[in-house]
Amino acid sequence: MNIDIQSEAITPRRQTFSHIARRFGVDKPASRYEEATFDVQPSANFHYRPTYGPEFELYDPRRTRIAMADWYVFRDPRQFYYATYNISRAAMQQSFDDAVGFVEKRDLIAGIAPEWRAKVEGCLLPLRHLEWAANMNCQLIADWGYGTQITSAAAFCGTDRLGLAQVISRIGLVLGDGSDEKLAAAKTLWMEAPRWQPLRRLVEDMLVVRDWFETYTAQLFVLDGLVYPLVCDAFDKAGTPHGGAPVSMMTGFLADWFADNSRWTDAVINAASGESEDNRLTLTRWIGHWGGRALEALAPIATEVLGDLGPAALAEARRKLSARIETLGLTLPKELAA
Amino acid sequence: MSRPVSITLQNSQDGIAIADAIMADNPEAERKPFPAMTKIDCPGRLVIRSDSVSLLLGREWDPQEIHMSVISLSGTVDEDDGSFTLFWRQ
Repeated sequence: MNIDIQSEAITPRRQTFSHIARRFGVDKPASRYEEATFDVQPSANFHYRPTYGPEFELYDPRRTRIAMADWYVFRDPRQFYYATYNISRAAMQQSFDDAVGFVEKRDLIAGIAPEWRAKVEGCLLPLRHLEWAANMNCQLIADWGYGTQITSAAAFCGTDRLGLAQVISRIGLVLGDGSDEKLAAAKTLWMEAPRWQPLRRLVEDMLVVRDWFETYTAQLFVLDGLVYPLVCDAFDKAGTPHGGAPVSMMTGFLADWFADNSRWTDAVINAASGESEDNRLTLTRWIGHWGGRALEALAPIATEVLGDLGPAALAEARRKLSARIETLGLTLPKELAA
Repeated sequence: MSRPVSITLQNSQDGIAIADAIMADNPEAERKPFPAMTKIDCPGRLVIRSDSVSLLLGREWDPQEIHMSVISLSGTVDEDDGSFTLFWRQ
């Protein structure tokens, strides 16, 4: 008997969901990222307005001053949806775990000069409270934001921030030989030390901003854009002569994360500023307002860690943020000008 | 006309991105869809640039990852950090 195996090509009747096909055309298979983010935002038939803010619908583009004709221009260059996000973050977590494991196994912490160790405890560990606030801000953007592209990415970013707070806590446990005493001391500093109060006040003011795009700009673009270069570059380099390399091994991950997240924040700010002159003016005003405050709030911390070199390090962080602002086509606000 | 090289890729997220990158970078390439796979033929030489694939995937793509998407290929392989090339030795 002769068996003849034939293959038959079955043409799929649809390549993707109708709402994706309406945007990209019917004959094009969409990527998972596109299917997970485009036009998923509920936009009609809301029954009741929220009791906490009856002037708005449940999902309402008017919750921010930023106006967009299409809310789906905030494409995340990293194309994060559930799977890609988790794969990427699992790899980051693994690299951090490896670094901490290496430092612990060889007791490298013992080789750090005591005065630098005290500085790390006083200036890195309180930042976990800043990360927690950033998580709250990202969740607010996810809640009140409009358009799944920006809200889902913000929810992922919020989870990142909880993870970063845990990363800093873990470093605190390593510095405290497994006890939480360093973390408790860092919280007291955050709550009571005069040098931390301007930053704490700034963070708490940011938590009650009602315009979610302002929260986005203030937290993810301005404050992160100053804090991360300061902590990951300037503080890190200053630790090297004091045997701070083991700390750098554990915090190196923060710089990688910031570079990754900045790809997204730059794309979002760029899309919003490209939309209209009104948006550009609003963004410039927000960046100026929060940038000026952030520089003032970070000054005492930079001086605490770096002494006389603090102002120069902060100026360098400001220069990096200004360079980003200019490549995004925004005017540099006077508060951030040199 | 020079002998065609060819590569057959799975229709996975990565495979589709690689195929899209090939079509963008190799104007003479011809794309043939099959159930669950895509065959691409190209006369003479076919280049897959990791930069192009990285851009489409939104992450760093290493040319070695191609082995997770390839079903079949014909041609001599020249592979480095930035590209994966198929060609025939003269």
